[in-house]
Amino acid sequence: MTTSTGKAGAMRVGALLLAMPLLLWLFLLVILPHVDLLLVSLRERISYGKYEFSLINYIEFFVEPLYWNTYVRTAVMSLMATVLTLMIGFPVSYYIAKVMRGKGKNVLFLLCLIPFWVSELVRTFGWMILLRESGVISNFLQWAGIADGPIEMLYNDATIMVGLVYTSMLFMVVPLVSVLDSLDDSLIEAGYDLGGNAFTVTRDIVIPHAMPGIASGCIVVFMLTLGNYLTPNLLGGKDSLWFTEQIYTQFITRFNWESGSAFGFLLLVLSSLIVWIGLKLSRQTLSETVS
Amino acid sequence: MADQFDLECRDVVKKFDAFTAVDSISIAIPKGSFFSILGPSGCGKTTLLRMLAGFQAPTSGDILINGSSVLGVPPNRRPVNMVFQHLALFPMMNVAENVAYGLKRRGVDRSTIEKKVNDTLARVGLPDSGPKQISQLSGGQKQRIAIARCLVLEPAVLLLDEPLGALDLKLREHMKVELKQLQNEIGTTFVYITHDQSEALVMSDQVAVMNAGRFEQVGAPQDLYYSPQTAFVAGFVGESNRWKGTVGKTQGDQIVINLPTGGSVVASRVVHPELSEGQTVDVFVRPEAIAIDGQGKTDNAIGAKVENVLFNGAASSVQVRDSATGHEMTVALPQTGAFANLKAGDTVNLTWAAEQTRCFAKSEKQGAAA
Repeated sequence: MTTSTGKAGAMRVGALLLAMPLLLWLFLLVILPHVDLLLVSLRERISYGKYEFSLINYIEFFVEPLYWNTYVRTAVMSLMATVLTLMIGFPVSYYIAKVMRGKGKNVLFLLCLIPFWVSELVRTFGWMILLRESGVISNFLQWAGIADGPIEMLYNDATIMVGLVYTSMLFMVVPLVSVLDSLDDSLIEAGYDLGGNAFTVTRDIVIPHAMPGIASGCIVVFMLTLGNYLTPNLLGGKDSLWFTEQIYTQFITRFNWESGSAFGFLLLVLSSLIVWIGLKLSRQTLSETVS
Repeated sequence: MADQFDLECRDVVKKFDAFTAVDSISIAIPKGSFFSILGPSGCGKTTLLRMLAGFQAPTSGDILINGSSVLGVPPNRRPVNMVFQHLALFPMMNVAENVAYGLKRRGVDRSTIEKKVNDTLARVGLPDSGPKQISQLSGGQKQRIAIARCLVLEPAVLLLDEPLGALDLKLREHMKVELKQLQNEIGTTFVYITHDQSEALVMSDQVAVMNAGRFEQVGAPQDLYYSPQTAFVAGFVGESNRWKGTVGKTQGDQIVINLPTGGSVVASRVVHPELSEGQTVDVFVRPEAIAIDGQGKTDNAIGAKVENVLFNGAASSVQVRDSATGHEMTVALPQTGAFANLKAGDTVNLTWAAEQTRCFAKSEKQGAAA
């Protein structure tokens, strides 16, 4: 009896030690900062070094239309970017996973990956070189006689959207390719054999099968987009009104950590809420999506 | 005449680059029959079936269903349905939805669908399984649902691509009988492809033996077994002892085939009028045609030593070595239990009639196939 409990105890210690890096990471880098963020967001600076508990930071967010509008706008734009990425990424993934065979498949997959070898900053500057007033496309249009003068294609919502979709594409394509790869070709053939056409086979067989991949791709893309700072800032300029910019302003420009913390927390609530609604609507569970 | 055949192939050829997978195949499958295509893997039988289903287009030739050409008709418009090798039931739907899938695609109204689905499920012996998930079914049940899913559409021809391959032995034996009965009851034409000769022989009205893209022989299972027309068929269908030899002298109605090892085998002139002296031939004798210490015809008589007793109930056999030539042979044991105490090292006298010896003149192609 004693030996068996001793053994079980040793096992438990071993398991704990094995889990230690994960637990430390979770605690130090996820839980601790968020607890601190929450605490900081719930206080008000009375005078130098003197704080009091208060909801003022949250109240400020709800009464100031600029914050509130930016918040909603960021959520809507992120959702749109996610949907667009899915709509472009799905056919691409289907083509890579089901239509291409052998070597071409790997080459195409690699082509999706290659842009991600350079940093997001460089990729975004690439877009700026193409799209700015004195950029490649503007010059080409003038040279071809299509435009009379220089055209500014930066600093509008469409450009932000292009940048976000481009930045997110890989994170949609990878889970989709892997889930579509696992779809047995004979299921698709059976769908056709029994009278289905391209549309019904996609709707009834391919999409239900790909649902976990769609959900996980969408979650990752949505979260990345919502928390993106570089792309909206560089491509959208001053008017981009992205919520992460508000947080940045609070922390860095206004040195108002209390307000910045509150905004950070609200962003976390927003992304959690929308992901939860998305999972409920698609009848997926988080564990299914991750596996 | 044409309407007696559900399915007809005329000189169908399929080439993949330089490789010819299916080489000018012509068949006409009579209405309501169980037709099997039997061949080793890589012989082109799956390619042929996929052309019938419409997943691949023939390089040349014509395929007719119900008397009209279906070239260029996509799979979803052909009156044939296919049971896939791994069944390809839709895991995202329950049993009833799987069976209803094809009817829904045809735009049949809801109440008719429900009635037909229930009828079909009852016909395959699973009347109450509609709400079940696919993962809840056993292997045999999945099989029946896969067939039900096709039958509900009342196809002119049902194509089956080795659907029994994934089942365990016991269930496979059981499903063989069940499939044959089912086909008898519903009367739909079945085209069944398999590499398992026992499946083909047990179930089929007609079997085509396929090798290297061609039909070697088409006939009733009995024909294939008792009068194979090529060396490949003789070797592929059923067990055989096999020698290479040279045709020697004819004595009366007997031909002597000389083996390179010094022995000889006697064949019948009546069975093989085509053989001429000096020809190189493949010689086949079925293990069950050979009698041990028997009284029957003794055209061929060999003294042999038992090397191995392979006891397998009714299908028991012994491996023996010809004392004179050193050839290894397999001989079936009679099911009477007469030789139940035969053991390794015993000496036996083997005899068989000249008519039981089958010879096939060697050609390049058959040599390659063997």
